[in-house]
Amino acid sequence: MILPLIIFSLCALLAVGGAVALILSREPIHSALALILVMVSLAVLYLLLGAPFVAAVQIIVYAGAIMVLFVFVIMLLNMEAEERTDFSKIAKFVGVPLGLVLIVWAAYWLAHSPAASAMGTGAAMEPSSTRELSKQLFRQYLFPFEATSILILIALLGALVMARKEE
Amino acid sequence: MSVIPVSWYLVLSAILFGLGVVAFVFKRNVITIFMSIELMLNAVNLAFVAFARAHNQLDGLVFVFFVIVVAAAEAAVGLAIVIMLAQHRQSLSVERENLLKF
Repeated sequence: MILPLIIFSLCALLAVGGAVALILSREPIHSALALILVMVSLAVLYLLLGAPFVAAVQIIVYAGAIMVLFVFVIMLLNMEAEERTDFSKIAKFVGVPLGLVLIVWAAYWLAHSPAASAMGTGAAMEPSSTRELSKQLFRQYLFPFEATSILILIALLGALVMARKEE
Repeated sequence: MSVIPVSWYLVLSAILFGLGVVAFVFKRNVITIFMSIELMLNAVNLAFVAFARAHNQLDGLVFVFFVIVVAAAEAAVGLAIVIMLAQHRQSLSVERENLLKF
């Protein structure tokens, strides 16, 4: 029973470390790789939560498609390292503490919200079956599902129209 | 499998979201700002899955699915805008994008 705890701690540390590395690194490509690390460790956490389908989608769509798009654009534009602007004193002495306050407050609020306290450790954690999920998706959520397919089509057209060269 | 309290996942999600907000405010590059938005979306997804687990309902997982789809659409359009920006301004620093600045 100690194994899930070890996996959770490892993945949580990797995720937070990746997020911090995203903030601290100056090269955009390093930030992208750190974000991929965050996404993969989140996928492992989804497996731990008993949601294998979401974990697979996370790896395939997020780490596979979206981040490849990001890395591709970074390589295409051949970007220089982020230039350090003169960090104003306000950013250093007000921004950083305020960011920390936001993180701590959000964590405290979420952990002590009535929704979180009412549910304890959760019921039996057997993996949710993809069959049940697809039933839900294609029956109750059929209209939003079709709407997202139209959204994807519009996004595709918009990206094509914007990214093409003007004659 | 149930030794880990759901609130731990929620705390992790809040920490990741907060780091995403900090990255959004502090980064200077348009693409990294974009990536911090993706980080925030991921944090929210984690909270969705944790809540779905806790209440033993599948609706949260379906919502995660929709969030991922919308994030993919957003990334496609946003990166097209970034490419256009790079072609027109030769820089991706948000400090230089001052055309609309009063």
